[in-house]
Amino acid sequence: MIEINGLVKRFGALTAVNGVSFSVKRGEVLGFLGPNGAGKSTTMKMLTGYLLPTAGRAVVCGHDVEQEPIAVKEKIGYLPEGAPAYPDMTPWEFLNFIAQVRGVERKRRRSRIEEVASMVHLEGVMRQTIETLSKGYKRRVGLAQAILHDPEVLVMDEPTDGLDPNQKFEVRALIQRMSPTKAIVLSTHILEEVEAVCTRAIIIDRGRVVADGTPSELCARSRLHHAVRMTFKIGSVDVGLVRADLQRLGGVDSVEVNPNDRGRVSMIVYPKDRASIASEVGAQARARGWPVEELQVELGRLDEVFRTITAPGSLDAQEVRS
Amino acid sequence: MNGALRKMWAVFKRELGGYFLTPVAYVFIVIFLLLCGVFTFSESMGGFFERGQADLRTFFGFHPWLYLFLVPAVSMRLWAEERKQGTLELLMTLPIPLWAAVAGKFMAAWVFCGIALVLTFPMVITVNYLGDPDNGIILAAYLGSWLMAGGFLAIGSLVSALTRNQVIAFVGTVVACLGFLLAGFGPVTEVLNSWAPQTLIDAITGFSFFTRFDSISKGVIDLRDLLFFATLILVCLFGTAVMVDAKKAG
Repeated sequence: MIEINGLVKRFGALTAVNGVSFSVKRGEVLGFLGPNGAGKSTTMKMLTGYLLPTAGRAVVCGHDVEQEPIAVKEKIGYLPEGAPAYPDMTPWEFLNFIAQVRGVERKRRRSRIEEVASMVHLEGVMRQTIETLSKGYKRRVGLAQAILHDPEVLVMDEPTDGLDPNQKFEVRALIQRMSPTKAIVLSTHILEEVEAVCTRAIIIDRGRVVADGTPSELCARSRLHHAVRMTFKIGSVDVGLVRADLQRLGGVDSVEVNPNDRGRVSMIVYPKDRASIASEVGAQARARGWPVEELQVELGRLDEVFRTITAPGSLDAQEVRS
Repeated sequence: MNGALRKMWAVFKRELGGYFLTPVAYVFIVIFLLLCGVFTFSESMGGFFERGQADLRTFFGFHPWLYLFLVPAVSMRLWAEERKQGTLELLMTLPIPLWAAVAGKFMAAWVFCGIALVLTFPMVITVNYLGDPDNGIILAAYLGSWLMAGGFLAIGSLVSALTRNQVIAFVGTVVACLGFLLAGFGPVTEVLNSWAPQTLIDAITGFSFFTRFDSISKGVIDLRDLLFFATLILVCLFGTAVMVDAKKAG
């Protein structure tokens, strides 16, 4: 439903987006990750027809964004960054305006607005001006506006920014409920959000896509992937001995020791080539009779992957891209 | 096409309603009516009673000067505010053709000025009570005044599209409109007379709101005057659309 090919945006000498390509199918929820200023918002602005690309193409539901901007805008629901809305209007007036522009039939307008308002829990504030609402409510007004016409494609720039944990949870649940029938793109810098709602994630850095895969595929790139974490009571083992023993195992690359991790000794055993070493380490522990309190296999952490690829001057960026 | 008009109508309604959601509309209308009255009736300025004539020449004579400061106050928010609030991005990603958004917002501002103008109807009642004026001339003068307000608004719309700061939009519009007014103002043409070639003077006075409005307010509806205002409005609105489109990124 969304096809983006070699999208480039330059502002004068600055290249904000430099050859971004991806596609999103119905039922997919694509998470757009990247440090501030990486080009996430600019890409979304080109996808929704707000900015024209310097080069490249964006096609939404078969319509080229440059050739048929109105047709594309009709298909898309868009929550811009910061959820802008007219502060002097009430949510009711605002959504009524959006419904008129979006061509919601007059006789269905009221019921549709009420339906959407209850989906994002706006019922209590529909007659209050938007400027008097809290940040969380304002964000929900923006969300309501984006889903009012039940769009096939939903683009959201930081949909949960400024919401409290309960509201975040609700918005994520809402996204998941809508996802089977729509193609959804959302940007975020909350990594747990990607794992919670996204079927796919793209990491963008300095205008380029540096990683593209399912959240678990991305996690697998983590140095922590398949690492084994063991904890002991302080003083219950000879740390040096255990460490030396572990390092002798064939699959083990290195061992990191934290002598006081919240009242425990913890060790992280990193495997070679991110291979599974849990059984090997477990067997060794049993054979030596170590008083292991906990033994846990790490799946990898998205934030660590994110930092590795997007840290300034990171060499990994090139490697991960291939 | 039909769809585009429906969307323009929605933008128009929102914008016009927007004026009345804030005190701006009421302040504007009250000040406009107050100043109209003061200028028309005061002995030293309009001298309505002293002239002893049942017409509204003095009333309309002050409109260009009133518009100079009041119309920019209406037009300054048209685009500058959208940009400042971030709602420009919202508006431009709704399925509204750019021309429909520009025209819808302009029409709202124009109709708003029309409402203020219509509210001066007690003037018409007064002269009709006091004497026997030519109501055709008065109607023509109202039309001319409204057209002139449209010209000011279109200039204001263009200036508002250039900035995100409403104060700059206001001051810029006042200066631009002053240029259009002074182009045909007696003292200015006299200064020009001393050195400029006649064709240049004619060209400059051709752009004058004064001369155009003056003939309409005398009841002379010249197609050229109507075309002048219509062209000015269309050119400025086209310029508005170009600038809104060009300055989206900034």
